[in-house]
Amino acid sequence: MTAATDTSVASASLPMTKALNAGLRRAMLDDPKVLLMGEDIGPLGGVFRVTEGLIAEFGDKRVLDTPLAESGIIGTAIGLAMRGFRPVCEIQFDGFVFPGFDQITSQLARMRNRHEGGLIMPVVIRIPYGGHIGSIEHHQESPEAYFAHTPGLRVVSPSNPHDAYWMMQEAIASDDPVIFFEPKSRYWPKGEVRFGESGTPLHASRVVRVGTDVTVVGHGAMVSVLLQAADLAAAEGISLEVVDLRSISPIDYGPILGSVQKTGRLVVTQEASGFVSVGSEIAATVAERAFYTLEAPVLRVSGFDTPFPPAAVETHFLPSPDRVLEAVDRVLAY
Amino acid sequence: MISPAGVFAPNAAAEEFLPYLDRLTEADHRRFYRDMVVVRKFDTEAANLQRQGQLALWVPSHGQEAAQVGSAYATRPQDHVFPSYREHVVGMIRGLDVVDILRMLRGVTLGGWVPGEHGNFHLYTLVLASQTLHSTGYAMGMQLDGSTATGNPQTDQAVIVYYGDGASSQGDANEALVFAASYQTPQVFFLQNNHWAISVPVARQSRTPLYLRAGGFGMPGTQIDGNDVLASFAVTAKSMDDARAGHGPSLIEALTYRVGAHTTADDPTKYRNPDELAYWVARDPIVRFRSYLQGRGIEQEFLDAVDEEAADFAADTRRRALEITGPEQSVIFDHVYAEPHPLVTEQKDWLERYEASFDEGENQ
Repeated sequence: MTAATDTSVASASLPMTKALNAGLRRAMLDDPKVLLMGEDIGPLGGVFRVTEGLIAEFGDKRVLDTPLAESGIIGTAIGLAMRGFRPVCEIQFDGFVFPGFDQITSQLARMRNRHEGGLIMPVVIRIPYGGHIGSIEHHQESPEAYFAHTPGLRVVSPSNPHDAYWMMQEAIASDDPVIFFEPKSRYWPKGEVRFGESGTPLHASRVVRVGTDVTVVGHGAMVSVLLQAADLAAAEGISLEVVDLRSISPIDYGPILGSVQKTGRLVVTQEASGFVSVGSEIAATVAERAFYTLEAPVLRVSGFDTPFPPAAVETHFLPSPDRVLEAVDRVLAY
Repeated sequence: MISPAGVFAPNAAAEEFLPYLDRLTEADHRRFYRDMVVVRKFDTEAANLQRQGQLALWVPSHGQEAAQVGSAYATRPQDHVFPSYREHVVGMIRGLDVVDILRMLRGVTLGGWVPGEHGNFHLYTLVLASQTLHSTGYAMGMQLDGSTATGNPQTDQAVIVYYGDGASSQGDANEALVFAASYQTPQVFFLQNNHWAISVPVARQSRTPLYLRAGGFGMPGTQIDGNDVLASFAVTAKSMDDARAGHGPSLIEALTYRVGAHTTADDPTKYRNPDELAYWVARDPIVRFRSYLQGRGIEQEFLDAVDEEAADFAADTRRRALEITGPEQSVIFDHVYAEPHPLVTEQKDWLERYEASFDEGENQ
């Protein structure tokens, strides 16, 4: 077992797994009603070790290794939330959330509304998601649009360890259910986590690289792809402004529209299939709100509208820096 | 315990539950009878309201009164009750105004009441068996916050959850049994086997008597004559006592019958044998308990007074149901999120402006 991360210092360089662990631990220290539920999250610390050490520190009444049943995890978490707890559920992999989909969409998302405001549903559902890890079927998917489409849910995804630390605590503090998508391929690269202050509210999007020619938007693991694309573009004299969406529901359009005001060109990117996607929603909204500032159609760069393919060809499926730049070239051609 | 003819004749299996009948006074017997008669009359009136276009739908409980009344009286005030959607009299007994149920079925609310202010009677759940998991989570919460199994029966809490033979096939019902057994939750699964899931007979749901499934999950299961209000009370009382005392969950299968339709949108004559219906009508829970009370010398004046009270109750319910008014349109938006959500706020404002624009048009 590894020691808990020291969060009393000003900052530390951590991988996202450790930052999430520190965020969970902070929330559990701050509020005795916070408890963790999921498969293999106890002594093992979760298959990605995000909950490592927490059962030793908080005991098995705060960290519940559950039976292997996702609907059971979500459904009992709803009952625990009715009782005044703040459950944080771990779904082991993106493709395993669907056995719990009914409890999330028909029950969790609507419970407050059905009670006419008479209760809160502070449940966080953590879902490791996305590709780039060379894994098998049901282990590389990006199902965020299903949840963003469901009224009553909030959906977020951090792209870096600092945001992961703070967004986890903010999601747990939210009185609404939050679906928390953790980009698996960004679990291990280290980044600076500043423990003093978040700097950005949970549902704010943020410009993470300033540019002038084309606005590129993405969330989760796509942000690092966009930053790579921006480096490549800069070498060719093209300046990309990169917006990290951070929140998928609600979407904070301020920084996106502000950026498009400047660049007049927008490329929206995502690992998920593009049809009826988060990117489609952003493209439609920007077209509605910024029609006269657009110099070119809004383009989407997405996963293809196919099942996630065998890992051997995943690099052809997932949007790469080059695929992003291909779209950048197209919007610049107008 | 009570034979279909209304004679007190407990079988050997009933022995261990007989002491629980000692808790009942003559006044309790009268209350059981009164509640069954009143809810039967209410049920008929609500179905009439639906036929007259005053309710979108009605879900009859005719035939299941004994299972529901007996089990409801086995709960204590501190307990929590998670109904399916047919447990009208359980709600009444827990302190719910049944007009609140009609509000939901009249289409003016998706819920209808505040459980904490109505005997911890939780909202109806329309997606079958979803509430079984909520109830198990709630019971886990009772354990985690130390509200059960302290040894004080006056304060120790437990949960009872109602579901049916159809819902027993749902994954959630089975996952709830897994979680309940695993965490040894303080709860009773009260399975009303009314023999029909809309048009599909229970034989399609299970090759085995449903109470036998409990053993496979690792908890006691008991099958009762669900049309015997005393059996329903006694067995549930023991099970709830055990749950409160920290002895874990259990399952009760109450054999009963849905004498009416599934809902007012259903037509059971298309799929049910009239002989089967006649068999169960002959085992009517109210007729049976009335015979039992008459055998014990209940005065006719009481029985007549109950009929009168039931008629008054139904008439009053009808009057108040017709007075139910619709919600403000803002209810569309008001409780979707606890904290502000820009999309919902924008759409609420837009709808107000849009509809106000018609008023301006009229004024021109």
